[in-house]
Amino acid sequence: MSPLHRKLFRDLLQMKGQALAIAAVIGCGIAVFIGAQTTLKSLSAAREAYYDRYRFPDVFSSLKRAPLSVVDRIANLPGIATVEHRIVEGVTLDLPDLDEPAVGKIVSLPDRGTPRLSDVHLLKGRLPEPGRTGEILAEEAFVDANGFEPGDQIRAVLNGRLQTLTIVGVGLSPEYITTIQPGSMFPDDLRFGIFWMRRRQMEAAFDMEGAFNDVVLSLMPGANEDEVIRQLDLLLDDYGGLGATDRDLHLSHRFISDELKQLKTMSIIPPSIFMSVAAFLLNVALRRLLTLQREQIAALKAFGYYNREVGAHYLQLVGVIIAFGAVFGWLLGTWMGQSMTGMYASFYRFPKTVFRPEFGVYLTGAIISFTAGMIGVAAGVRQAVAIPPAEAMRPEPPPTFKPSLIERLGWHRWLNQAPRMILRELTRRPAKAMLTTLGIGFACAILIVGNFGKDAITYLIDFQFGLQERHDATVQFHEAVPQRVLSSLQSIPGIIRIEAFRSIPVRLRHGARSRQTSISGLDENRELFRLIDSDEKLVNLPESGVVMSSQLAKILDLKLGDTVTVEVLNGQRPVRNAVVSGMVDDFSGTAAWMRREALHALMREGPVISGAYLQIDPEHEAAAYRALKEAPMVAGVTLQKVAVQSFMENFAENLLRMRMFNVAFASVIAIGVVYNSARVSLSERSRELATLRVIGFTKAEVSRILLGELAFLTAMAIPVGFLIGSGLCRFISKALETELYRIPFVLNPSTYAFAAAVIAVAAVLSSLIVRRGIDHLDLIAVLKSRE
Amino acid sequence: MPKEAATIVFETKKVTKVYHMGEVSVHALRGVDTQFFEGEFVVLLGRSGSGKSTLLNILGGLDLPSEGEVIYRDRHMADFDENELTRYRRDHVGFVFQFYNLIPSLTARENVALVTEIARDPMKPEEALELVDLGNRLDHFPSQMSGGEQQRVAIARAIAKRPDVLLCDEPTGALDLNTGVKVLEALQSVNRELGTTTAVITHNAIISDMAHRVITLSDGRIESVHTNDTRRLANELNW
Repeated sequence: MSPLHRKLFRDLLQMKGQALAIAAVIGCGIAVFIGAQTTLKSLSAAREAYYDRYRFPDVFSSLKRAPLSVVDRIANLPGIATVEHRIVEGVTLDLPDLDEPAVGKIVSLPDRGTPRLSDVHLLKGRLPEPGRTGEILAEEAFVDANGFEPGDQIRAVLNGRLQTLTIVGVGLSPEYITTIQPGSMFPDDLRFGIFWMRRRQMEAAFDMEGAFNDVVLSLMPGANEDEVIRQLDLLLDDYGGLGATDRDLHLSHRFISDELKQLKTMSIIPPSIFMSVAAFLLNVALRRLLTLQREQIAALKAFGYYNREVGAHYLQLVGVIIAFGAVFGWLLGTWMGQSMTGMYASFYRFPKTVFRPEFGVYLTGAIISFTAGMIGVAAGVRQAVAIPPAEAMRPEPPPTFKPSLIERLGWHRWLNQAPRMILRELTRRPAKAMLTTLGIGFACAILIVGNFGKDAITYLIDFQFGLQERHDATVQFHEAVPQRVLSSLQSIPGIIRIEAFRSIPVRLRHGARSRQTSISGLDENRELFRLIDSDEKLVNLPESGVVMSSQLAKILDLKLGDTVTVEVLNGQRPVRNAVVSGMVDDFSGTAAWMRREALHALMREGPVISGAYLQIDPEHEAAAYRALKEAPMVAGVTLQKVAVQSFMENFAENLLRMRMFNVAFASVIAIGVVYNSARVSLSERSRELATLRVIGFTKAEVSRILLGELAFLTAMAIPVGFLIGSGLCRFISKALETELYRIPFVLNPSTYAFAAAVIAVAAVLSSLIVRRGIDHLDLIAVLKSRE
Repeated sequence: MPKEAATIVFETKKVTKVYHMGEVSVHALRGVDTQFFEGEFVVLLGRSGSGKSTLLNILGGLDLPSEGEVIYRDRHMADFDENELTRYRRDHVGFVFQFYNLIPSLTARENVALVTEIARDPMKPEEALELVDLGNRLDHFPSQMSGGEQQRVAIARAIAKRPDVLLCDEPTGALDLNTGVKVLEALQSVNRELGTTTAVITHNAIISDMAHRVITLSDGRIESVHTNDTRRLANELNW
C-alpha cells in the first residue's frame, strides 16, 4: 500500500465518528432507494409474468345477457386477438363462523380445460368437475382469511336459492390480485370472496343456458383500444352492455398500479433528501480536513505531487466514506426490499413473487451516492489543491469578524460575551449556519412526512365514515324493487334506521370525454349517507340536476350549469341530459348523485329502489345480520364499519413499523448533522476554547459557547423543518393523487410535536458526545499547536 | 570548492516579487541578481522579511517572480506552467522547511516513501534515513519523535530522491543548539557526499561559517555576497 493510501486510512480512522455519521446518512438514502426500487421491480416483474402467463385481458365488459352467437361477432371486430365469454354472478354467503353476511362473486370456467383469458392458477386441490353439482374453486385470500381447506363446504344463495357449495380447490387469478368489493374502499377478505364454477353448473343455477353476461378481450399488437371499446359498446348495446373498460379502470390492476406509483415516489423523494444532506455533511467535513491539512497539501505539492494527485487523494477519502455508506445501504436496502416485497406478497396474491435484487438498481444507487458526494466536495477540493504551495505553507489568515446585525442594532447590551461569540460566529458564515439549519430541518421534515400517511388516512377514514358514510351496512337488491320492500327490512330487529337509494349504471358524456360510473338517487333528509366537501361542509342535493364529485367533473371537463349527457346502461338504456347543479370536492371515487325523485323523473320510472343504507343497533348486531343473510331479495351486504375496523388494525401494525424506520432515519440525519457540525466547530475553535479554559472559564461555560450555537441552530431548524415537512406532504399528496383516491393534506399537531421532540433528543445526544471532546481538550497541546 | 569553471545551477536576473494582500502591496524582492553553482553550499542570511524565503520559494518552483528571469540550467522558469513546475519540483528539488511539514499520520519511513514513490531514481527510504542517522526510528510517527529527529526525517525525505538542489528554509529555526547542530551535520554530509547544491536560509549568522558562500539579503535586495576561505564543520558551531 502506498504511503498516501496509508495516510488516507489513518485520516479516516482519525475522523471515524464523522465518517460513520456521514456513511450512515448515505446508507439510509441508498437503503430507501434500493428497498423501494427492488420492491418496485419485484412487484412489476411478478405482475408482468403473471399477466403474461395467465393471459390478463386488455378490455373488460359486463352485460345483461347475450346469446353465445354474439361471441363470434365480437371476435370479428378489428384488432381483437382473443375473446373469452363467461357468466359472472354475485352471491351471498352464509359462513358458519360469521354472524355478518358475506358476499362473493362466481365466475364461470369453461366446461373443458381452462379459460383462454384470465386463466386460474391452481394452488391446492383440483378444478371443479363439470358434471358435479356445487363444486367450486375458491380464491386464496378468502380461503386464508376464513381458514378453509379443500373439502370444506359453504352455504350460498345462488339466484335466490340456497345451495351448499364444496370448495374442491384453491386458486388465484390475475384479475383478482387484490379482491375489493366494488363500492368498497378496502379489501375485506373475510367477507368477500371470488369463486369459480364450471359453466354447465352456472348455466343451471342462474338460468343462463347458451348465454353469457361478461366478456374479456385481448388485443392484437397495435390495435386501437379506444376504437375496440367503442365498437364493443355498440355491439353489446342491444344486450344490456354496461360499458367496456380498459385495464386502467380495472380495480385490481388500478390498485397495484397506484401502489407501484407510490413506490416510485418513495424511491425518489426520501433518497434525494438523504443525498442532499450527505453532500452537505461531506462538504463541511472535508473542508475542515482540508483546512487542517493545508500545510500537508503544500508539502505534497512541494515534493512534486500534481494537483490532480493531491485532489484525487482527498476524493478517494470521500470515496471510501461513500463506499462504506453505499455497501451499508445495499445491505439494509436488500433487507428492506425483501421484507417489503414479502409484505406486499401477503397482501397481493401472485402465484410467485421473487425478490429481484437487480444489479442495475444497486449500480444506480452507488452512482447516485457517488455523484451526490462528489458534487458536495468537488469545489472544496479544487480550491484547496489550487492554492500555490508557498501560500499554503503560511498559516491561514485569521477569520474576519464583523459586528453582527444585533450588535449593529444596539441590542447587544443585553447579551454577555458567550452569546455575542455565538452570534458573530453565525453571522460570519451565514451559509454554513443556514445549511446546518437546513440539514437538521430535513431530518425534522422526514419525521413529519413519516407521520403524514397516518394523519391523512385517519382523517380520510374519519371523513369518509364519520361524516359522510355513517351507515353500518349497505344492502343491495337483485333488481330495482318497489319502495314497500323497505318495510320487510324495518321488521328486522336491531335495524334502527333505513335510508333507501336508487343506483343506476351510466356513462356520462361531455363532448369527446366520457366516463362510466353510477348515479345514486338519494332522499332529501338523510342521516346515514351525507355528501361532505373537503372543508367539511355539508352539500345539499338540489331539487333537480346532478351533483358530482369534482374529480369526475374534472375528468369530464364540466362546470356548474353545464349539461351532461347521461347514457343509462341498463333497462331501456335511455339517453338523457342533466344539468350539473352541484359539485362535491371529496376524496375518493368518481361518483354522481341526484335527488331520488329527480332520478326517477329522469328515468321516467316509479319510486323503485336499488338498496338501502342501514344503521344497526350494536346490541342486536348478530340477530340483524342473521336476518339479513336470510332476506331473499338481498343480493349483497357491504359492511363498511367492520371492514374499516379490520383495515385499521392491519394498518396500525404496518404504521408502527414504518414509524420506527422513520424515527431511525431522521435520527441518523439529525445526529449526523448536529454531531458533524459540533465536531467541526470543536476542531475549528479548539484553540479559542482552550484559551477560554486557560483564562478561567469552566468546562460548562466553554461547552455553552460551542453547544449554544448548535442549540440555537437546532431551535431555528425545527420551524424550518415544519415548513419543509408540510411542503413535502403537500407535494406528496398531489403526487400520489389518483382517480381512486385524493389524499387530504392533513397534519395533526401531535405530528409536529413528535418531530420536534425527536430532533431535540437527537441534538442533545450528539451534544453529549461532543461535550466529552470539550472535557478532554488538552489545553497545552492545543495552545502549542500551530494553526 | 566552487571554481571559476563551475557550472551555474541557478541564475536570477532582476527578480522582483510583489504580494498583494488586500489593499497593501508588499515588495518582497526588489531586483535580485545572483547565481548558484553546482555542488556549492550557500547560506542565505537576513532578517525576517528580508525576502530570503521568497527567493528560495521562487528557486524551488513554489512561487513565480512578478518580474525578472530565473534560469535553471539554461531553462527559463518563467515559461513553466503549473504542470511543468510540479514536474521540476518532483525531479530536481528537495525541500526542508522550518516546521518540518511531515505528514503526521505517516511513520518516518512512510513520509520518505511518499517522495521516493514518485521520484525517478530514488534511494530506498531506509537508506535515506540511515544517512541522517535515523536508521533506528523507521517506524515512529512524527508525534513520537523530537523536533530534531523530525527535521532529520524531513531532510531524509528531501534527499531520498537524489535531488539536484536542496533548499532549506530555516531548518534549525525551531530547534535548540544540540539538535540544530545534528541537523546541520546531516545537511553538510549530504552536500559533501552526494554533491547536492544546497541553499540554507537562516537568520543565525553563525551558521554562515559552514557555507562556501554567504548571500546576505536586506529589504528585498542583495546586500552582500561573501565567500568563506575556510569553512567550519557543523559540530564546531556554537550559538
